[in-house]
Amino acid sequence: MSSDTTPKPVTIATVWLDGCSGCHMSFLDMDERLIEIAPLIQIVHSPVVDTKQIPPGTDVGIIEGAISNEDDEAKAKKMRAACNFIVSLGDCAVTANVPSMRNVFDKQECFDRAYHENADLQPANPDVVVPPLLDKALAVHQVIDVDLYVPGCPPPADAIYYVLSELLAGRQPDPLQLTRFGK
Amino acid sequence: MTPEELEQIAVDQQEAENQLDHRINVCMAASCMSRHSEQIVKDMQAKLKDMGEKGEKTQVRCVGCMGLCSAGPLVEVDHPADEAAGKGPEKVMYRDISPEHAESIVNATVDGRTLPDLVQPTDIPYFTRQKRIVTENSGYIDPECIEDYIAAGGYSGLVSALTEMSPDDVIHEVTVSGLRGRGGGGFPTGLKWSTVARTDADQKYVVCNADEGDPGAFMDRAVLESDPHRIIEGMTIAGYAVGASKAYIYVRAEYPLAIKRLKRAISQANKFGLLGTNLCDTPFNFDIELRLGAGAFVCGEETALIASIEGKRGTPRPRPPFPASYGLFGKPTLINNVETMATIPWITRYGGEALAAIGTEKSKGTKVFALAGKINCNGLIEVPMGISLREIIYEIGDGIPDGATFKAVQTGGPSGGCVPADKLDMPVDYESLQEAGTIMGSGGMVIMDETSSMVDVARFFMEFCKDESCGKCVPCRVGTAQMLDLLEKMCAKSATQKDLDLLKELCDVTKACSLCGLGQTAPNPVLSTLHYFENEYMDSLQGEVTGVGAVPATETKAGAPDPTHEK
Amino acid sequence: MARQKLPPTQTLTMKIDDVDVTAKPGQTIQDVARDHDIEIPGLCYIDGLTIWGACRLCLVEVEGMRKLLAACSTEVAEGMIVHTDTERLRRYRKMVIEMLFAERNHVCSVCVSNGHCDLQAMAVQLGVDHVHLPYMNPDVKVDSSHDRFRLDHNRCILCTRCVRVCGEIEGAATKGVGGRGINARIINDLNMPWGDSQTCTSCGKCVHICPTGALVEKGTAAAEMKKHRSFLPYLTVMRES
Repeated sequence: MSSDTTPKPVTIATVWLDGCSGCHMSFLDMDERLIEIAPLIQIVHSPVVDTKQIPPGTDVGIIEGAISNEDDEAKAKKMRAACNFIVSLGDCAVTANVPSMRNVFDKQECFDRAYHENADLQPANPDVVVPPLLDKALAVHQVIDVDLYVPGCPPPADAIYYVLSELLAGRQPDPLQLTRFGK
Repeated sequence: MTPEELEQIAVDQQEAENQLDHRINVCMAASCMSRHSEQIVKDMQAKLKDMGEKGEKTQVRCVGCMGLCSAGPLVEVDHPADEAAGKGPEKVMYRDISPEHAESIVNATVDGRTLPDLVQPTDIPYFTRQKRIVTENSGYIDPECIEDYIAAGGYSGLVSALTEMSPDDVIHEVTVSGLRGRGGGGFPTGLKWSTVARTDADQKYVVCNADEGDPGAFMDRAVLESDPHRIIEGMTIAGYAVGASKAYIYVRAEYPLAIKRLKRAISQANKFGLLGTNLCDTPFNFDIELRLGAGAFVCGEETALIASIEGKRGTPRPRPPFPASYGLFGKPTLINNVETMATIPWITRYGGEALAAIGTEKSKGTKVFALAGKINCNGLIEVPMGISLREIIYEIGDGIPDGATFKAVQTGGPSGGCVPADKLDMPVDYESLQEAGTIMGSGGMVIMDETSSMVDVARFFMEFCKDESCGKCVPCRVGTAQMLDLLEKMCAKSATQKDLDLLKELCDVTKACSLCGLGQTAPNPVLSTLHYFENEYMDSLQGEVTGVGAVPATETKAGAPDPTHEK
Repeated sequence: MARQKLPPTQTLTMKIDDVDVTAKPGQTIQDVARDHDIEIPGLCYIDGLTIWGACRLCLVEVEGMRKLLAACSTEVAEGMIVHTDTERLRRYRKMVIEMLFAERNHVCSVCVSNGHCDLQAMAVQLGVDHVHLPYMNPDVKVDSSHDRFRLDHNRCILCTRCVRVCGEIEGAATKGVGGRGINARIINDLNMPWGDSQTCTSCGKCVHICPTGALVEKGTAAAEMKKHRSFLPYLTVMRES
């Protein structure tokens, strides 16, 4: 098959912010359908590949996880800057989900509980090396513009496959046919 | 009670009055009382007693609101005609009176002198431009004395209605008068009455809505405190007209003085045979009970008010069915506001045509307004419908203090809106105000000068609505809270264009979808200030966010969406 | 609210979504729509309990009326022309669902009612794939004081189905609403822990009628709490006959 007749693969970047990585796992759960999709896409940045930069002009950016710290925020903004189309994948990205359960508490209360009261040794706030926590865990669209929402915890592989196929075919998918909050 | 008996009470009372040389009227409405007018009365009475015989022909009397609250406590002295000096009877008003003035006023009055230093001129527009119907007795009669009210022509409307008119005649007069609901809705009163009258039921009710709660509004309180019998007379006429035998006055517990005077008035009216069974020897029976509101603004909404009287949680229910067909305890119920009820005795006394002669084509009669905020003459006024805002603010209200510039007037409380300076020549009537993006409302007018931030004004009213939302329907419960958060963000200058767009969206949903008037009108202060002062909203937005993690400009791809979004 | 019972001989004609339909006087728009298989969304309405009219999801447009009317509480009239599914209504309904999600802490993924929740289902039906309102994240409590049941305010939408079923069907009137506005909460008796209530009969009707995971049986894990509602029409019919 010559490269002249093959359409240029769609470039895809994914990031994993504050989430359990389950959405990426669900992506991999597409199983043999990955083989079907593989020639059509090119993963240019992802926790599962080894590139450090998100190339500008990337076609689709897929974000898993809520925005909980300054690093998440920076990554989300880099994705928005680099990608033409942003997908919020999974409940953490769409609703802030489980990470947002700390939002009813003060940030300091969370630190006290996690790093002092429950610390067996060397109680200390995590204030070196790790990025500072934001006051509240936010859904991705509270920080950057999002073009498509795929809720679900995690969104089923079928839903991810459907969404990707529709996007590859140049159509706007309706993910609620296959997934919902908490699915 | 026959017409003759009523006449006799009036004559007796007048004769008792004529025995006196002088009358000193002291305002005993809430505002002046809060500045010790009660003590002034006590001191004056003590002084008169000390004078012995000389003081006997002078009477100190507690009267209701004289209107100009900012100059209170107010005292008015009636001097009799002095034929020797060729002077007619004279009234002198004193302003800013404190208990220290009591003695000197009594001394001067007994001697027939006036105290020029304390005089409040009454030939100013504030007094001369008013047209007093609802407040005709306020400041003249003793609200705790039924004879005083009768001597001023009170209850003659009721007695003539009962003895000379059929219920249909009464409704006809009310319809002809063109009177519209003064609580804010502006629904034609005659139509409401005839609807209730036409509905068949074994029991009907009349309810007077005295749950006045708009910030800056104190019209109903003044009427209740100054002339409570007027409400009783109006309600009894209403009961006769619609065929109700039982009535409730729903008054907020925050008005203890009004409650005290209403209670006294009801018991006096019962004693005089003006309430109870077989009024004026007709088969008509009528009882009035008080119900106290526990401090929820939403209970001013008629279905919530009904629930509250029934002993339930004060939350509104969907209308239709309207209370006129399905109201208190499931029975047809006529609900009118205090001011509406207070206009009724005048209509039955002078005829519907007389009221219809005042005002504009669609808004008849007079309206009581409470002037508050940045205005020289703070207080209560009653003006003919159709008067311009400019006349109210600059003539009657004597303009803005300290040479400041007028910016806007807020009418209609949390359901209303702000009217800017270029609309000041607009006539005050239901339609014009609505066209200007506000409502007549119950009559609060808050005047603001250039120091007021309109976003902050909107925030204030939204906070009020959020606190007063009952929480029953989703758009009002959540919408007001969300809108308040956004307005607070704007006041703190940390909002973005997206927040402003969201605010507009929330206004639309809350207005269209809320269950009752509270939610449906809660966005009005925002919408009207947005309409007239959008620049202030734009100024309240922050610039571009350049927080931690913002992307350097070089990485921004041309044609890609703006990477620097709000946080 | 009592509904008028009029002679059944009368028939009205009206239009719902461009379909000519017949109706009986005293029926609500909701009743008539259902008779003709036209589905109108709703959360607070449930057969067998008094009409509440508070969720505002069933608002419809009626020609000639300035305001939107709740289908659950508005009686039909001759010649009425009703629109139940306009662009404007869809927009408002989505917003109402978003308001509910933003108001409390509905974290669907860890909810025992996940997958058996009317609010979730309504979000799917109305196309709510995200909430563009700021989440309010209120600090609300969970009342686990009852032996068998749990009241989780994080997931309550204040539809008051529980209040109504408790007062109208069970007759215990344990449940009520306390506070107002955004601070309104379902309460037990005079705002005491549910377990301390002396009026609660532990019948569980409130739990099964609750549309979300606000009232649940203890001992259920995520997505395990299925609700059984068939008792309600049965009880109502038995009482009426």
